[in-house]
Order: sequence, then structure tokens, then C-alpha cells
Amino acid sequence: MHTRVSSEHQEVIIGPDQPVVIIGERINPTGRKKLAEALERGDMAFVQEDALKQVKAGAQILDVNVGVSGADESALMIEALQAVREVVQAPLCIDSANPKVLATGLGAYPGKALVNSVNGEEAKLKEVLPLVAEHKAAVVALTMDDRGIPTDVPTRLAIAEKIVNEAARLGIPAEDVIVDPLAMSVASDDQAGAGALAALTQIRDKLGVNQTIGASNVSYGLPERREVNGVFLAMAVMCGLTCPITDPSLWPIRRTLLLADLFLGKDEFAMNYITAYREQNPDAD
Amino acid sequence: MADLEGIKTAIIKGKRKEITGLVQAALDENVDPHTLINDYMIEAMKEVGANFEAKKIFVPEMMIAARTMQTGLELIKPLIAQDAEASKKAGTVVIGTVFGDLHDIGKNLVVLMLESSGFEVHNIGENVPPEQFVEKARELKADVVGMSSLLTTGDPHVKATIEAMKSSDLADRVKVICGGAAVTKKYAVDVCGADGYARDAVDGVKVVQQVLGLG
Repeated sequence: MHTRVSSEHQEVIIGPDQPVVIIGERINPTGRKKLAEALERGDMAFVQEDALKQVKAGAQILDVNVGVSGADESALMIEALQAVREVVQAPLCIDSANPKVLATGLGAYPGKALVNSVNGEEAKLKEVLPLVAEHKAAVVALTMDDRGIPTDVPTRLAIAEKIVNEAARLGIPAEDVIVDPLAMSVASDDQAGAGALAALTQIRDKLGVNQTIGASNVSYGLPERREVNGVFLAMAVMCGLTCPITDPSLWPIRRTLLLADLFLGKDEFAMNYITAYREQNPDAD
Repeated sequence: MADLEGIKTAIIKGKRKEITGLVQAALDENVDPHTLINDYMIEAMKEVGANFEAKKIFVPEMMIAARTMQTGLELIKPLIAQDAEASKKAGTVVIGTVFGDLHDIGKNLVVLMLESSGFEVHNIGENVPPEQFVEKARELKADVVGMSSLLTTGDPHVKATIEAMKSSDLADRVKVICGGAAVTKKYAVDVCGADGYARDAVDGVKVVQQVLGLG
């Protein structure tokens, strides 16, 4: 199954037979004080810098989240989308917990955007999916609902299935639903990694949809977080992860994903890996 | 002789299998349960908290220490329950994650740490509407209400929850504190009028003690 998202310049194809597509996560003020302050001032230079940095590091889609306290998030979203489009050609992922912001962002975006996110909560399904249908966008679907975040595999699969069905009812094809089976921290639950990997596998086998995962959760509370995230990502790719939301400007993460492609036969002559390696180590040869 | 230092060490090292035997041995020798809790077990958790703050240990180590503590406490609880005066807790805390937010790891860590420090804690879950914080605080006779917020979009709910508490009949007797990655001290305390802000689980225990004047 192929998910296609596009800017006015580029189309990106996500699918199990394609190299992993990295959705750059950096444009998000959560836990990033300087970015939050810049956004509060309406200063978009930071956002543009993050956009360039991530695309240079191999991100093919950029997530844009501008949720800061006390700011007009809709207005900021329009500004940020514009600012990012000025400096990069990559398609964008419009990210907000507020459906109004998603609507405004979608209205201002001249391509097929990815929307982050919908989940199994009744209110979310009602508010977000019609927007996705109206704008012929694609959407990230989190496997949680009004009962909370499930830790077991069957409930995750059931929620994913429910969202895919509800989307289909509104004319959104399954290929435009990218499921995120929500990986939690293995520091607080040592079965969380195994559960997420089993969920990825089952959702891939039963629904065939593309899947993303926010990998940085899994390492919370552990040492060597980047390396922990990297190993998890490599294993997740084996289980059906096709488009992780992560920070490609961290070399251990990017290297892991490039090598996952190589070992799965998706990097001809290993040139993607070698090219990226050389960019990282300009003096190596 | 009961190995009281051994109890402390077992908690610090998270030896869940050893704690039961050690605590039982101490109780068999009539060691005062309160001495056991206050001078050894809570002391051990203080050290665990300090190690965590100093980044000497990681989250799983803190969790297993807290679980070890609780395993030990289970043995002691029946004894102190008979002793009404002594069963008086350090205070009662009602804690939850604000409306619209389903994050629970940090909050649950705070719960473990508070319980390990002698507080009676009621975890009212995630996605909790402001009114429910007030209702539960009233019903459970809370001394402190704690809220967690991990989403940047949670700010209005943090504010609404604090306002609901502060405009209720509980305003004078229940302290309100906030924590979580999305909240800053400036926002929680200065803008919304919370009584305290905690940056992590260890700090959470300190802040609860502070607002209750337990120093």
C-alpha cells in the first residue's frame, strides 16, 4: 500500500517496498524552550533553520506543530507553514491537537498534506476525519480512544481498524491512513517495546497500512537514549514501520534507518548510506 | 538482630525478593513499625530520590526501588492500621492528568514517590475534567491536588483546573500543584495561581511537603 503526500514541488511515496521515509519532528515547541520562545515572538527564523537542517539530514516530510501557550495557534500555523515552504520543498505534516488549527492549516496548504492526528476518540473522529476527507489529505491515526492508551495488541488493532473503517465511510482510502500504534517507555513498563512491535506486525499483516511511530518515547528514563531509540527503530522497521516521526539530524538515528534500508535491500549499492556517511565525515577520505 | 540497614539497602538496590524476609525478621523481633518506616524505609527512598536527581540512577531503578518499598509496606500496613493515631498519614494527595491528555508515566512515578514518602495518594487517572478534580478532592478529603500536563495544548485545561479549585469551597484548605513537561513554573504559579510547581517526581514530593509546611 502506498501513501502519497505532496507539496506543490514534490511527491513522497511511503510504502513497505520503499526506503523508510523520515518525518522530521523538530518543528514542535514541546520541550524545546528556545523554539517556544521564538514562536511566542512570532519569529520564524528558528522554524526555518529547523526545516533546512532536517531536510539536509534526510527528512522527506516535515512535521509542523506550533502549539505554545497564550498564542493564536491558527495564525501561527499559517505563518509557520508559509515560512517552511519558503525554504524547503518537502511536503508537510500539519500537527495540532486542535481541529480548528488543522482546518486552518489545511486551507492554507497547496499540496496533499499529512494531518497529525486523529485517534479513536469519538470527538476526534467526528472533527478530524471530515477535514481530511474535504482536503483529500492523509492522516496519522493514533491507536487510543476514549478509554485511554491501550497496552495490549488486540485493542490497538481494533482501534486502528475502527479508524480505517470510519475513514473509508467518509471516502478516505486506507492508504491515506497512517497508523501510529503508540510505543510507550520501556523504563516504566519493560513489556512496552515488545507490545509495540507486536502491534506494528499485526496491524501490517491485518490492515496493510503504512505505520509511523514516535520513537523517542520508548527511551524515556534510560541512558543512551539515541542509541536506544535507534535499536528500537531498526526492529520496528522489520515489523512494519514505514515512516517514523523522528529527528534525522541526530546521526545515530539517521544511520540506523539508512542501514535498515540497506539490510532490507532498499539501498542500491549502499549509496544512500555511503553518501550520508560522507556528509557526516567530510574528512574521512 | 534484625538487619535494619539491610532493609534500607534492599530498597535502595531494589531487591524485591529480599525485602519480605528482612521486614518480617524485623517485625518478628518487635522492631517498632514506625521506626522501620520512618527511619529506614523512607530514608532509603530519600536516598533513591537524591540519586535520581543526581542522575546516578535511571527511571527503572527508581521504580523498582519504589516497588520494593511497597512490598515491604504491605507487610507492615496491617500492624499500623490497628494503631489509629500512628496511621495518620503525612497528607492526602489527589492526582491526575488534565483534560485532553492521556500521559501517565510521569504522574504514576509521582504517585509511587509520594506513597513511598508516607502520603495517602489517590490516582484519579488521565483526561480528568476540572470539575472532577474538585469533586474528587472534596470526596477524598485531599490536602493537595496535583495535576500533570504533557501537551502544549493542555495549558487552558491547567488554568481551568486551577481556577476550578481556587473558586471552589476547597480553595482555603486544598493546595494545588502542577507538573509535567508542558508546564512551566511561570505559567502554573504566576499566571494561573497554583501553590506550587514540580519539575519531576522527586521534586514533586518536596513541593507537596513544602506546601503542607512539612519542610
